[in-house]
Amino acid sequence: MSRRAGYEGVVVAAPTTIAYERYSIHDAHWWIGRALRAALAAAGARPSDVDGLCVSSFSLGADTAVGLTQHFGLSPRWLDHIPMGGACGVVALRRAARAVQAGDADLVACVAGDTNPPDSFRRQLTGFSRFATDATYPYAAAGPNGSFALLTDAYMRKHGATREDFGRLCIAQRQNALAVPHALMKRPLTMAQYLAARPIADPVALFDCVMPCAGAEAFLVMREEAARAQGLAYAQIRATIERHNAFPEDPIQQRGGWAMDRDELYAMAGTTPDGIDIFESYDDYPVIIMMQLEDLGFCAKGEAPDFVRGHDFTVTGDFPHNTSGGQLSVGQAGAAGGYLGLVEALRQLTGQALGGQVKDAATALISGFGMINYDRGLCTGAAILGRA
Amino acid sequence: MSTTRPKRNPLAPTPPALLPPVPRSRAALGLAAAAAAGRFALQRCESCGKVQYPPREICAFCLGDALRWGEVARGGTVLAATTVRISADPYFRRLMPWRTGLVRMDAGPTVVAFLHGALAAEGRARLALRLDKAGQGVILALPEEGTAAMNDDPVLRELGCAPAQRRVLITDGRAPFAAALTRAFLDAGAASVFVGIAEDWRPLPDFAALDDPRIARVPLDASDAEAVHRAAASIGGRVDILVNTTWHQRPGDILDRQDTIFSREEMEAAFFGPMRLAQSFGPAMRSLAGEAAFAPCAWVNILSVAALAPAPGFAAFAAAQAAGLSLAHSLRRELRPLRVVNALVGPLDDVWHEHVPPPKLGAIALARAIVAALEDGIEDLAIGDVAQDILARYRDDPAILLREA
Amino acid sequence: MSSLAAFALDLMAGKIRVVDLTQTLSPDFPTIALPPQFGQCAPFRLEEVSRYDSRGPAWYWNNFSCGEHTGTHFDAPIHWVSGKDLPDNTTDTIAARNFIAPACVIDCSREAGENADFILTVPIIEAWEARHGRIPAGHWVFLRTDWSKKSGAAYANVKEDGAHTPGPNPDAVRFLVEQRDVLGFGVETIGTDAGQAHAFTPPYPAHFFMHGKGRFGLQCLANLDQLPPTGALIVSPPLKIKGGSGSPLRVLALIGA
Repeated sequence: MSRRAGYEGVVVAAPTTIAYERYSIHDAHWWIGRALRAALAAAGARPSDVDGLCVSSFSLGADTAVGLTQHFGLSPRWLDHIPMGGACGVVALRRAARAVQAGDADLVACVAGDTNPPDSFRRQLTGFSRFATDATYPYAAAGPNGSFALLTDAYMRKHGATREDFGRLCIAQRQNALAVPHALMKRPLTMAQYLAARPIADPVALFDCVMPCAGAEAFLVMREEAARAQGLAYAQIRATIERHNAFPEDPIQQRGGWAMDRDELYAMAGTTPDGIDIFESYDDYPVIIMMQLEDLGFCAKGEAPDFVRGHDFTVTGDFPHNTSGGQLSVGQAGAAGGYLGLVEALRQLTGQALGGQVKDAATALISGFGMINYDRGLCTGAAILGRA
Repeated sequence: MSTTRPKRNPLAPTPPALLPPVPRSRAALGLAAAAAAGRFALQRCESCGKVQYPPREICAFCLGDALRWGEVARGGTVLAATTVRISADPYFRRLMPWRTGLVRMDAGPTVVAFLHGALAAEGRARLALRLDKAGQGVILALPEEGTAAMNDDPVLRELGCAPAQRRVLITDGRAPFAAALTRAFLDAGAASVFVGIAEDWRPLPDFAALDDPRIARVPLDASDAEAVHRAAASIGGRVDILVNTTWHQRPGDILDRQDTIFSREEMEAAFFGPMRLAQSFGPAMRSLAGEAAFAPCAWVNILSVAALAPAPGFAAFAAAQAAGLSLAHSLRRELRPLRVVNALVGPLDDVWHEHVPPPKLGAIALARAIVAALEDGIEDLAIGDVAQDILARYRDDPAILLREA
Repeated sequence: MSSLAAFALDLMAGKIRVVDLTQTLSPDFPTIALPPQFGQCAPFRLEEVSRYDSRGPAWYWNNFSCGEHTGTHFDAPIHWVSGKDLPDNTTDTIAARNFIAPACVIDCSREAGENADFILTVPIIEAWEARHGRIPAGHWVFLRTDWSKKSGAAYANVKEDGAHTPGPNPDAVRFLVEQRDVLGFGVETIGTDAGQAHAFTPPYPAHFFMHGKGRFGLQCLANLDQLPPTGALIVSPPLKIKGGSGSPLRVLALIGA
């Protein structure tokens, strides 16, 4: 296999979040457009400066990134639309970086956003994928709750994880979220509350699930000298990976594509799991956090429950994780959920945290996971960003 | 044993009849077709032989583009289980809580399936294909060893149409198999059997030996729109399973007859009568299909297998039956969530077939097969050797079958 | 004043009563049942076309269908093989004057009430004539049995060996046709012949002899108990069906008040 080239000279900047709302009367175009505008404003750029655009959204109706160019009056020379859900942030970053690196574009705006009118979640589920339409939705229509309940059930029985272990992750994230103004969850979560929560699909209960909402996230990818010229705070891209439909022969998903590619990830970044200061994982169901802890090498397979028991996952703890509260506490604004960790890591590395700031954070690992096409998540990705 | 029919509060609102999710890819309809016939079939790649699931267009192992439906081993191992308590879908919300699981099939794929209540979260299971209330095929994981109490499971109850404790209407008590059907439904534990009687001034000798307080005769003549309306108004809300037995058969090819008198009667019985029954009883039954338990659940059509290919000597009858079969196919869509069972029969053992060599179909065998189909969730069946032979030929190649006669 | 004008005035003044001898046409009314290998008389059927609804907002109407020999109906000579070659033997060619004629009513209601297989014989007719006078030529002869007061299964009275209803024997029919030259024969039952008339020689003598001589039949009559033995005038025009063998019809009797 060929060796990956690095991303020298390409940086990521302008972490942007449009404050989430539970329901919205606006279309996704509005949310995405606002995020684009805010990111450009942060960078002192005009719309005409954008020559690359990368979009992710589930609720654009018949539109894709193509329709948005006319909608927003942009004429980019590089365009991408990434329908990868929870992996879209990492994938957008690595594609945009290569475009800038190759000179196909100078300023790539990466935006993800979705709207959320009542009942939009159900309507998304019914037609999520062909396999979902044929082979999961007709089975009690539990959506991701049902799919992750099965993965959680199998994981708990195989590795001895308990509800309390998942609860620790959720409680720590809630603690992190309390300092973040736009987090939808405003109150602390206790273990008693977590354990007593309304059951959704056993063993998944209410606080294991994210709250669907409207919102948008964005960042800009450009050459390092361009960022410097604008006086922008930025982070360096030290390594990225992506993998799809990894380990199809596994009867049930107990590992993701990270397990195939993590050695290359750390080698490219010249670091190890010990060198990671902040871990922004994809947290749409805590069992997936455990899988990422294992597959990204923080602990061996099956040892994540122990790892969780032995560490403090809050901003001030020994393993700062999902430092803005993650989707579990901030909310899941559709595809923006795939950007949330990346945008938060960028804030942490550039000293712009909206909530708690991790002290001396130099290296952040961001992990993405998306698209339960049938019985498992197909898209995995990860990126290591470094402080400039 | 089956649950006793609960008494319903007559003042409680009738919940609307909801359907489980209907949309499917074309390939996935193979599940429904197999389930309707009582088979457990999945796609298999013609190139590499691997079994595929979910249904697809291209082999996930060798990119082969020829996937054929065929019977596969039903065994599997439960890998994970959940009890869904919150569903996004209105139909399922009413059924909560509901068990689903992941089952690794011996044949290869991992399937999401409904889990029978007696299944543990780990261990062996036997998979079955069943039709859901939308008429779509769904996979069910059952205990390896069936038990008598097994049918009491909420999943099986929801997907089933077993006659036990249900109220049945035999639309035409004068059909040659009506008395046998009545007997079979009574034996299967039906709560009551309404028997439609046309021209009640005529004697009804077949029922002389049938004495059961669960039998209720009702005036019903499918050839008379007003009579059908009256019967539907009188008992339409109390029929869980309607067995359309309107039947009229006389020998005769097209040129044997000098008129269309007999054909009109055959069309009345095979087409217009069932259409009136559907127009009058269908809406009532469909509207009550949302009741929690023992709701109206099935509509049974008994048709001659000659509907698939005309039998010599009965060409005019066959044409009427073909019209009836087409009607029955449309009813399957229009009557959802009722299950429409289409039973194809061969030559009956009656006076009109005395010149036809055996095998012929007796009324008792016919009746037992109908009851069994309802109990087993089968929607498409051929009863008796001749009907099964014709159906096999039809499935093999309808164009060849039409030239065999 | 002409006799017709006087008749009209009497009618208007209620001095002449109109009695409806017709059964209501409905799907529930029994029809003749033949062995199943034969084509059957289509029963009366009514199908609503519209009723002030989306199918026709301002009007109500039906399509109906039935056999020629349904309900209260008229039998033309061509109905039976014995009358097939006679002139003017169909509903459209029978001279209209035949549709208004007086009737003699032979009351056998007591006998028929006691015996469903009651047979009208020549001695019974002669006994009636002894009391009411000779049956004049060109008159209808109606057999009153009060059978029209029955309904459903009792009216059809079909058993394992066929229908059991009253009717004439061959001699009685021949007597009425050949000796009395009647216009036709009317009954309250489904056939002018008895339910078991297939056993006579010839079978169905009322059909055979009446139609063989160009005479008519009226069947499924009602209200014969309201008619005097003699003196009623019967109005019984069938539908003018081209080549028709009979037709359902309205039968009226005019009697002096």
